[in-house]
Amino acid sequence: MTLIQAVFILLAALTLGAGLMTVLSRHLFHAVLYLILSLVGVAGLFILLEAEFLAGAQVLIYIGAISILIIFAVMLTRGMARNPGPPLNNQSPAALVIAGLFFILLAPVLTGFPWPAAAPGVPADAIEALGRSLVDPNQFALPFELASVMILAALIGAIFIAREKR
Amino acid sequence: MGQIYDFIYNLLPYLGMWLQGFLRGLGLSEEAVFLVVSLIKVFLLASFGLAGFAVLTYVERKIVARFQDRLGPNMAGPYGILQPVADGIKLLTKEDLMPTGADRWVYNLAPLIIAACALAPLVVIPFGPGAIGADLNIGVLYAMAVGAGALVGVLMAGWGSNNKYALLGAFRAVAQLISYEIPAVFSVVVVVMVAGTMSTVGIVQAQDVPYLFVLPLAALVFLISGVAEVGRTPFDLLEAESEIVAGFHIEYSGMKFALIFMGEFVHALVVSALFAVLFLGGWQGPWLPPYLWTLVKIALGIFLFFWLRATLPRIRIDHMLNLNWKFLTPLMILNLIGVALVDKGLRAVGVTDGIWAAGLFLFNMAMLIGALALPGYLGRRARMAALAAEAEGVEATVAAR
Repeated sequence: MTLIQAVFILLAALTLGAGLMTVLSRHLFHAVLYLILSLVGVAGLFILLEAEFLAGAQVLIYIGAISILIIFAVMLTRGMARNPGPPLNNQSPAALVIAGLFFILLAPVLTGFPWPAAAPGVPADAIEALGRSLVDPNQFALPFELASVMILAALIGAIFIAREKR
Repeated sequence: MGQIYDFIYNLLPYLGMWLQGFLRGLGLSEEAVFLVVSLIKVFLLASFGLAGFAVLTYVERKIVARFQDRLGPNMAGPYGILQPVADGIKLLTKEDLMPTGADRWVYNLAPLIIAACALAPLVVIPFGPGAIGADLNIGVLYAMAVGAGALVGVLMAGWGSNNKYALLGAFRAVAQLISYEIPAVFSVVVVVMVAGTMSTVGIVQAQDVPYLFVLPLAALVFLISGVAEVGRTPFDLLEAESEIVAGFHIEYSGMKFALIFMGEFVHALVVSALFAVLFLGGWQGPWLPPYLWTLVKIALGIFLFFWLRATLPRIRIDHMLNLNWKFLTPLMILNLIGVALVDKGLRAVGVTDGIWAAGLFLFNMAMLIGALALPGYLGRRARMAALAAEAEGVEATVAAR
């Protein structure tokens, strides 16, 4: 086992374990903190893949902004501080069965896909290539612009909803 | 003579090369050498942060005392320079309290996260050519992203303390930090766009003219939002005795409080280091060796923080948020678009570097003056209209009588 593999296994265990604890935690605030830990693990996986920009964006956006927003939202929910109920209700066996069935559906795809054992090396100027491809009409200019328009619409919608009624 | 000067000038890279040669001489593999050198770098950078914290607590008290015509600490040692040591011993020997009902893990982890997130951006601060923790190609993004991690620590401290004031203080701190991150990121984006790289080393090398004289508006906004993110006067609303007492760290004592306090000071150090790198040309400068220039420029930023603290009163929380959302953020969005157009336009015409810098400087200054004059004019007009309406109302009542 190489060092990279060991690091990968550690990060994967961190991501999955924290993800599991997010669901199983009895306390909403702890659940959010486990979610943040899980996102840190994902950022680590990005670094392992030499996608530093994605790792940085992951930390800045998901941990620095979105999870903070989630914490604010969670703290506004009623009665989160006292006696949080059990995280599982009586539908959990049914959910387990459905998830198991879905996994059986996915299993042939997972085993049938030829996972490339050796990835091609990441170019040194990956960030520049990423930036150029986002504004290149032959590559991702249209999806990029569509995402921008969607965010703009969401912004205007948020302002409209929050505006004082005259 | 030339050799000695060269040695002093490139002290840090020479030390690094010597260390690597020494380790290879011991028969270590390349990976082991890399690991050992990285660990030493981590140790040095963390020590730089901690030593900076100790020095800054003393220097701040001394400088602010001078501004206020006092002596400041002068009992411990000559000129009171042993004051940080005395403070450290005092904090170490204080009782380590934990409030009843506190969330044990959350409460104890929060100071660690705050301190670690404050120290982490030091990795990408270049102290000279070849003297940097790690030259990441996402350097600036890394610094901003890791710095944002401290928000989680602040919320954890506020929540875990089981104290209303701590929780309210944490909300206020996060609201302030997260809002001022937006203009700060925009001004960094302007610099990244003009420099054409996100690596801190690349940005320093791109500055033939320090960006302070090319992008003065971005520099000013970065400084303002930097002061706000550090939570120093005039934006020191994170600690308001009459409203939220000491804010999110009200329940911390002893070394845990020291860790949070250290986080604040190291954050100030990091912000002024980033200001030096982004706008003052980093290690570049005549005569002095690069690491000294870096330290001098960092010290300039820090001194500015202390100066502001000694001069300005704090502003109200709604004014602070209005300044951010209604002034700095739109201004920086316009500045980003404008700088992109002027930069590419001047480059397309093919002017020399001097004219390019002068053009961008003039554009930025025009924008700054316009941005200050327009709200002033609109505000005065609104006030005058209100006054006139009031006067009319008074006249009408007098006439009716």
